[in-house]
Amino acid sequence: MATADQGTVNEGSAKQSTTAAPANRWGDDPLFKPKKRLTSGGLLALLVKVILLGIIDAVAILAVYILVGKGDWIAAGVLVIVVALVNFVYLRPGLLPGKYLTPGLFFLAIFQIFVIVYTAFIAFTNAGDAHNSTKEDAIAQIISTSQDRVPDSPSYTVQVLKQGDQFGLLVAEPGGDLSFGTNEQPLEEVNGPPDGWDELNLNQIIRFQDEVLAVNVPISDDINDGTLRTSDGQNAFVFTSSLEYDESADTFTDAETGVVYVDDGEGNFRAENGETLTPGWRVFIGLDNFASVFTNEQIRDPLLRVTIWTFVFAALSTLVCFAFGLFLAIVLNHPTLRGKKVYRILVILPYAFPAYLTGLVWAGMLNQEFGYINEVLLNGASIPWLADPWLARFSVIFVNMWLGYGYMFLVCTGALQSLPDDIVEAGKVDGASAWRIFRSIKMPLLFVAVAPLLIATFAYNFNNFGVIYMLTRGNPRFTDTTLDIGATDIMITMVYKVAFGGGGGRDLGLASALSILIFIIVTVVAIVSFRQTKALEDIN
Amino acid sequence: MSENTEPTAGTRRERTATQGAVLGAFGGAGVVEGELMGEALKTEHRPPVIPQNRQSFRKWFADKGWRHIVAWLAIIFALFPLLYILSASLNPIGTLTGSNQLFSSISTTNYERLFNDPAVPYGAWYINTLIIATVTSVATVFLCALGAYAFSRMRFRGRRFGLATLLVLQMFPQLLAITAIFLLMIQISDVFPAIGLGTHAGLIMIYLGGALGVNIFLMYGFFNTIPPALDEAAKIDGAGHARVFFTIMLPLVTPILIVVGLLTFIGTIGEFAIASVILTDPNQQTVAIGLFQLVSGFQSQNWGIFSAGAILAALPVMVIFLFSQKYIAGGLVSGSVK
Repeated sequence: MATADQGTVNEGSAKQSTTAAPANRWGDDPLFKPKKRLTSGGLLALLVKVILLGIIDAVAILAVYILVGKGDWIAAGVLVIVVALVNFVYLRPGLLPGKYLTPGLFFLAIFQIFVIVYTAFIAFTNAGDAHNSTKEDAIAQIISTSQDRVPDSPSYTVQVLKQGDQFGLLVAEPGGDLSFGTNEQPLEEVNGPPDGWDELNLNQIIRFQDEVLAVNVPISDDINDGTLRTSDGQNAFVFTSSLEYDESADTFTDAETGVVYVDDGEGNFRAENGETLTPGWRVFIGLDNFASVFTNEQIRDPLLRVTIWTFVFAALSTLVCFAFGLFLAIVLNHPTLRGKKVYRILVILPYAFPAYLTGLVWAGMLNQEFGYINEVLLNGASIPWLADPWLARFSVIFVNMWLGYGYMFLVCTGALQSLPDDIVEAGKVDGASAWRIFRSIKMPLLFVAVAPLLIATFAYNFNNFGVIYMLTRGNPRFTDTTLDIGATDIMITMVYKVAFGGGGGRDLGLASALSILIFIIVTVVAIVSFRQTKALEDIN
Repeated sequence: MSENTEPTAGTRRERTATQGAVLGAFGGAGVVEGELMGEALKTEHRPPVIPQNRQSFRKWFADKGWRHIVAWLAIIFALFPLLYILSASLNPIGTLTGSNQLFSSISTTNYERLFNDPAVPYGAWYINTLIIATVTSVATVFLCALGAYAFSRMRFRGRRFGLATLLVLQMFPQLLAITAIFLLMIQISDVFPAIGLGTHAGLIMIYLGGALGVNIFLMYGFFNTIPPALDEAAKIDGAGHARVFFTIMLPLVTPILIVVGLLTFIGTIGEFAIASVILTDPNQQTVAIGLFQLVSGFQSQNWGIFSAGAILAALPVMVIFLFSQKYIAGGLVSGSVK
């Protein structure tokens, strides 16, 4: 992609030379001599541009073809419009800013802007582990996971065949006919092993045991007919589902108990007694995620604590880092201190150490039983640094200070050294003491200089995923909720754990709703920050 | 020169000065690194203050002596975790408890295990990380330079709006949209598995999207400090916009390109959350995910091998960082203030 843009940018100049562009300053320049640019370089660049655009178009056409094949008309339409725009920008003379901005804008639009909108969209669905696909997929999966061997059914002799990472079964039917099928493709009659598929020998069957066990070939197009499975790679049996799907009524009936499961409109098949079949499928559930955030006390109470802790963590981290960094900067900011520069390099080493490793290293050092701090420094004490809620919160801030004071030290050193001498001199002339000069002259000036950085640091710590997740993973867990949320979790780690964490089931919908709440909070912080720095008015 | 070697930060007025200094230092020659370290480590040519008697010792202590004590305490605080992990990496016992005797025995067992143990494909992680970080930083630098050039040197409708949008967008970390990114990548996998879930290309595209907002803005500020007269002159001589961009602008803004490149490089190496969601195959993963998983389950048993991995992962980053810290700090400052 990057090279593509380079080529097209090169060409832009050649195009430019022949046509005046209304949208930029190049064409307006009366001294501009276009003739000089009509060189072979222009032709070469044109060639490169046409080739690269051709590649993009070809790939796009392929993608549209696949998307239409899947019936995803919206995505196909969007893609067509985007590619048409790209072609327009690079083929039309002029539009110079567009030629430069399009490549970056492309990624920005998809992976920064679109995903935010998409997050809001997901927040209104029940997406998650239990509801991760369409209704058709869910039905197929329910049938395939609820299968039992048909009692007294005949055994089929089979061979397991493999092509790439796909597995299939070659079945010798009782009448002597051969048929072949895979998980996706029901059994079909064949004359011999299909081309490109290799038979697994005994060694391979053992090696690919899990894959062989997962082979699950439908006997016919009707999923209610059952599937063939093999446990040893040689004999297969017919398995059918105890749940029968009735397409016209859109219900599942349990053949043994007679319980009927009906689509409950919330992405599940539900029996009258409230029992549901897993998996469900993805549907819109409106404001339910947001409602449960505010009403379900399993979520609401921990979320409130997490939100308060997020602010406390961000504010305290910023404050502690700044205080320690400033203190060191003042101490080392002496005109004739020997070894000052060596000190400065050594003192910022923690800032140079990768942040993600810092948490892991300190997690080991703070280990309650074996860690260096308890075992050696505290002579065998057993302080639960990371297991007690308040000590864990302290540890997180402490470790974040170790990691972050170096930056504040650099910033404060720079700011101190750039304070104008004449004001300090004026203070001295007026008879102010060193302390007075520091308190009334240096500090106010320093604060003016670093205030925007403090806000930026606060904003950064507000979403400082790395330190928290690497050090404690949010633990120790709250005891009053089944969700995997703990005392040191900040909002962003909570989102991550709700969406992708282990226990409790992954709930993408709820995680997105939480994301949206953070977006709102960050927006408020951003507004405050822009008020403070007036950065928006500064743009010219 | 002393102006140059101090990390400068702070006021709006000064930012340009910092950038000027950076420009000067980098434009000078390729000896910046040696220069920086030389300057930093050089002892100052002042007569050593030797306390002659009690009185002057007390005076010396009140003025400077306590500063040395504070500095050494800070250095111990800063260095002991680093020394501890270095010691643990060299300790053949390889457990948490065993690592508590600092530098009690030294061997390279852990380092050898890193590259020989098939359950720990550290070499693959390392290469993956380097590939992802290099491609991401090079592409980010190039795409951002294109964008910053357009914003800085061209006037077009929507320019102010574009800049304001970038400024607002950079406030929102990409990580917040992690669920949407995950589902989007699943959908992309259905159409183009080569750039979908579980691929480096997919991860790099995500990183590119997240890096552009901040970095275009950072570069835009620096591009603005290059006098327009330079490229106007080239234009008058008949250079097209692409020629001006590649042969006039890019060489002049090299410092900010390096800053953005290094920051992106270091940031990408350390990124955990998105990478852990996108890369699922152990052989495709990065050092950050691999090391995390090493100690997330069996912290004590894997401590030695983790430490060795951490040292190898941290060393290049720290070397890069220390050689360029003042430029990076300068870049951070101008970026976050703007």
